[in-house]
Amino acid sequence: MTQSVVVQVGQCGNQVGCRFWDLALREHAAVNKKGIYDEALSSFFRNVDTRSGDNGPDIYKGKICSLKARALLIDMEEGVVNEILQGPLRDVFDSKQLITDVSGSGNNWAVGHKIYGCQYRENIVEKLRKTAEYCDCLQCFFIIHSMGGGTGSGLGTFVLNLLEEEFPEVYRFVTSVYPSGEDDVITSPYNSVLAMKELNEHADCVLPIENESLFEIVNKIHQMINSGKLGSTVKQSSLVTSSAGNAKTLPEKPFDAMNNIVANLLLNLTSSARFEGSLNMDLNEISMNLVPFPRLHYLVSSLTPLYTLADVNVPSRRLDQMFSDAFSRDHQLIQADPKHSLYLACALLVRGNVQVSDLRRNIERLKPSLHFVSWNQEGWKTGLCSVPPVGHSHSLLALANNTCVKPTFIELKDRFMKLYKKKAHLHHYLQIDGMEQSCFSEAIASLSDLIEEYNELDATKGGPRIDPSRLKIAV
Amino acid sequence: MSIVTVQLGQCGNQIGHEVFSALCSDIRGTHGLCSKNENQSYQDSCKERFFCEEESAVPVARAVLVDMEPKVISQALSMAASSGHWRYSSHSHFCQKQGSGNNWANGYCVHGPRHKEAIMNLVQKEAERCDRLGGFFTIMSMAGGTGSGLGAFVTQCLRDAFPTSFILNHVIWPYGTGEVIVQNYNSVLTLSHLYHSSDALLVHENDVIHKICAQLMNIKQISFRDVNQVIAHQLGSVFQPTHPAGGGSGYSRNPLGDLMETLVPHPEFRMLGLRNIPQMPESSLPYSTFSWPGLLKHLRQMLIANAQMEEGIDWQVRPPQPGSSIPSTNKPLHFNTSIANLLILRGKDVHSVDVGSFQDPSLYTSWLNPQDAFNAWKTPRAFNKYEKSAALVSNSQFLLKPLDSIVGKAWNMFASK
Repeated sequence: MTQSVVVQVGQCGNQVGCRFWDLALREHAAVNKKGIYDEALSSFFRNVDTRSGDNGPDIYKGKICSLKARALLIDMEEGVVNEILQGPLRDVFDSKQLITDVSGSGNNWAVGHKIYGCQYRENIVEKLRKTAEYCDCLQCFFIIHSMGGGTGSGLGTFVLNLLEEEFPEVYRFVTSVYPSGEDDVITSPYNSVLAMKELNEHADCVLPIENESLFEIVNKIHQMINSGKLGSTVKQSSLVTSSAGNAKTLPEKPFDAMNNIVANLLLNLTSSARFEGSLNMDLNEISMNLVPFPRLHYLVSSLTPLYTLADVNVPSRRLDQMFSDAFSRDHQLIQADPKHSLYLACALLVRGNVQVSDLRRNIERLKPSLHFVSWNQEGWKTGLCSVPPVGHSHSLLALANNTCVKPTFIELKDRFMKLYKKKAHLHHYLQIDGMEQSCFSEAIASLSDLIEEYNELDATKGGPRIDPSRLKIAV
Repeated sequence: MSIVTVQLGQCGNQIGHEVFSALCSDIRGTHGLCSKNENQSYQDSCKERFFCEEESAVPVARAVLVDMEPKVISQALSMAASSGHWRYSSHSHFCQKQGSGNNWANGYCVHGPRHKEAIMNLVQKEAERCDRLGGFFTIMSMAGGTGSGLGAFVTQCLRDAFPTSFILNHVIWPYGTGEVIVQNYNSVLTLSHLYHSSDALLVHENDVIHKICAQLMNIKQISFRDVNQVIAHQLGSVFQPTHPAGGGSGYSRNPLGDLMETLVPHPEFRMLGLRNIPQMPESSLPYSTFSWPGLLKHLRQMLIANAQMEEGIDWQVRPPQPGSSIPSTNKPLHFNTSIANLLILRGKDVHSVDVGSFQDPSLYTSWLNPQDAFNAWKTPRAFNKYEKSAALVSNSQFLLKPLDSIVGKAWNMFASK
């Protein structure tokens, strides 16, 4: 069994990360009834003997003593991390896994990347090494951060660079929260584009998320519950946005519902690597199958179902509905419509009581309405995991490498150019040691190239399918 | 003679487990429909082939389990042990922590050489436990990373280490609409490498077995377990002991050798397909009766029309008339020409069966005599609760279309951009 380490950077990263650990504990508590530290748990948690204080040895088998998360919490201001450490999850984190500072990055990518990067480099590398040493077989780093701010964006991408240098063989999955149009941080386009260049070059896989989409999903669920249209009631713990069902009751914080969705995304992504199933899909398979060319590694994700009704009988129509929903616009975690754009590859990770015949039936049903690129007409990657998420009998995570990410990038580029043309706010960046105008021009060039690659692929969509002629064998 | 089974990757291990279960439940059943002596000798022969008897009375499967991640192997081991009727040896498995990531190159170039010694040690030990080694049977899928890549490497190692042993590879052809996006690459690479080292490839297509489950077995929600059980039943009907072709008492002592001899007359043509009838849900068995002429008629038409199950056979397809001067290249395209066929019949009244319809020369290519191209093995002991069961293993054109499709898709993906 392999282990994964989560690196959460900045306010957004740490808040999402906090929800992730909470839900992970809840999920394992539901499955692991006997309290034995098993391989599934070891993928994200260490089992530490804390009787002799915090520096106790790791226990690899037997009963659970004290679970510690395999995580690194980084923030350049103390507020968020302190809140986590005073909250109910304080025992899950080791004091040695934190890196904090006092003054924050001032929403400035350059401060996060260049100043704090240099300053904390040694510290970060040392702590990463320590975490990696506790792992038997480290497979993947998950980085959670936002693109619009200073720390998550700047220091987060610096850590990404570090990971590539220090651990070149370990996969790097990045969950990035992209700024929405009405973002209140004025310099977010600068921060995002500068960070995009790093993601283009150093990440193995990026899962972009947009706050707008998360917000719409939360609203939809609220309406569903409050409208009373449904005869039966909704199971509270099954909401993809809920924190219900954990042993420790937390007061609901404003972004919690939205962050829970992202946390659920990560749990579903890793479920087949942790639990058994009839067709396993490991993390290295995701990168292998969904990334046809190294730079096109942006995956649009969607989670269904968003809630479960309390009635136990699930006719297979509901199952089919789940598959249809995964491809609809409302369930995507970014503002995009994959159905009308070109698919390069698609992965379906099913959890729970779903069998291969259901999967096949739905793929056959949905295939005609989707456009696939000419050289990958039947490109589906499927995984079946037997353990369903908490509160559900089955669930589906769809990951698509689709040209519908293009509009998001184009918008980002436009917003960047609006500011850059006037050179507004530029001096805050340029006065940082190591920042030059060329950083900006390179970053925007990198983004433009990416958009151009998606454009080229889109141009092939719907055109006549000309298969390259087959090789002739000399007889 | 004993056969050592090597189970590779998730698919190989899941199927392997079902195969041993099916073999075990068959010999334990009391539906042999034959004399007690016959039954006893059948059981002994099967046990010698596939299991190792130990003092602990529970037979131990002669198998080596290989996978690059631990979950599937531990499941297979525990399921076998909990059945109480057979088990895997606790020292015959090899696994690593991290899988192959659906990457053929990872399986073949990285994991293969790295773990060659450990895996071959396990195989050597299993081989030494056999009084007489009859050959190797490997089970793998083509679409993934471990089964395909590592499987191809291990087959090569087996060939190097045991140059005079028979190697039969059981290969699972993936669903056409995709289980893995790079499955076409993996498949093409696997097949080309296996062709060099293996003696024969026995192919099962997921699509076909899926249809059998849906239409014949009436299973509503088909799981991989159901698919694997159908495959295990079909394999069992071939590998369970049979009387050799020339008659005579006693069961055949060299199953793989006999199989190769009858079916692979030419080294260029090694792909074998399997058809087994009847197939139906267990609950329907008491209400059905079969006749040998009926079964054979269906099988023959299934062969020439390239149908994989009893329903939906195209009865219009006929072999070309003998004696007319049509050269073999002009045979109607949907007629499935065979190189060799092996009919395995098990059950009641099996000795009275007339298999003449399979000796029709128009079924075969021109360069082989029907007497050499066709063989029949008969056994009075019924298999797996079917009163009469007929299996046809054929070396024919049945894989042409699927193969062409896979190569086409792989080339498409490779050559575009």
